[in-house]
Amino acid sequence: MTVSIIRFGGSNCDRDAERALSHLEIDAEIVWHEDGLPAETTGIVLPGGFSYGDYLRAGAMAARSPIMAEVRDAAADGVPVLGVCNGAQVGCESGLTDGAFTTNESARFQCEHVYLRVERDDTPWTEAYDEGEVLEIPIAHGEGRYEIDDDRLEELEAENRVLFRYCDEDGELTEDANPNGSKHNVAGVLGDRDSVAVLMPHPERVTLPDIGGTDGQGVLRGLESV
Amino acid sequence: MTAYTATVTVRLKHGVLDPEAETTKRSLERLGFDLEALRSADRFEIDLEADSAGNAEEEVEEMAERLLANPTIHDYDIDVAERE
Repeated sequence: MTVSIIRFGGSNCDRDAERALSHLEIDAEIVWHEDGLPAETTGIVLPGGFSYGDYLRAGAMAARSPIMAEVRDAAADGVPVLGVCNGAQVGCESGLTDGAFTTNESARFQCEHVYLRVERDDTPWTEAYDEGEVLEIPIAHGEGRYEIDDDRLEELEAENRVLFRYCDEDGELTEDANPNGSKHNVAGVLGDRDSVAVLMPHPERVTLPDIGGTDGQGVLRGLESV
Repeated sequence: MTAYTATVTVRLKHGVLDPEAETTKRSLERLGFDLEALRSADRFEIDLEADSAGNAEEEVEEMAERLLANPTIHDYDIDVAERE
């Protein structure tokens, strides 16, 4: 099995993802978007960064590059797809997931550790955790506020497709614990299938034990679920 | 074929928070201006040729739907004018 980490012009967490997956002994390679999706791809990471300089809207350009049609096809075939940070923005812009990640309420770039509550433990991305478990994972974004029509959000919640929410250390969903003004503290959502997930926080940055935690490992393990 | 300029204005939907506009408003107030509200929008001017104004608008509408606007958070309007 090989996980393809899609590199766009301006991706900058592609190597972090590769390093983190290598630590977990998950075979992965970085794929330049113009080269297309390798046939042997068994998992896909849309990494963080600033693809196309965030022109127009974060993720807008990358979402419309030809490789994303291949990614959508692969996702429809059940290949696990994980979008992290800019990759989450690309995921929403490309229609893999609902909603949009837009300008933080603070209008600032925020780089800090946050707490996430695991909303479901029966998905490939969260099998390693328990429902309600609190993870500590860093964010680093200026456009991470989850925005979606209220009715659509209600449907999404009814369908149990919210995967992670920002919470405090005790798992409470407070306004203070919401770093960017996301609706209903949403930090990550699932696509039509549970094998597609996007989140703004960076699990690959809390995977190597030497650099501040291992809470993100379980999320990356979802890429093995073929 | 006739030459047209289509102007696409992309705005956040009513009710969607606009932190950049809020920041801009606060800055204007700091400069001593008195204002009730400020909204920001993106404007794209697209030169194109088409058989009719209607066809030009249709083409530009597709551009807006497929890239210029994000239907989750944006509304847009299009104004088509003949170009000299």
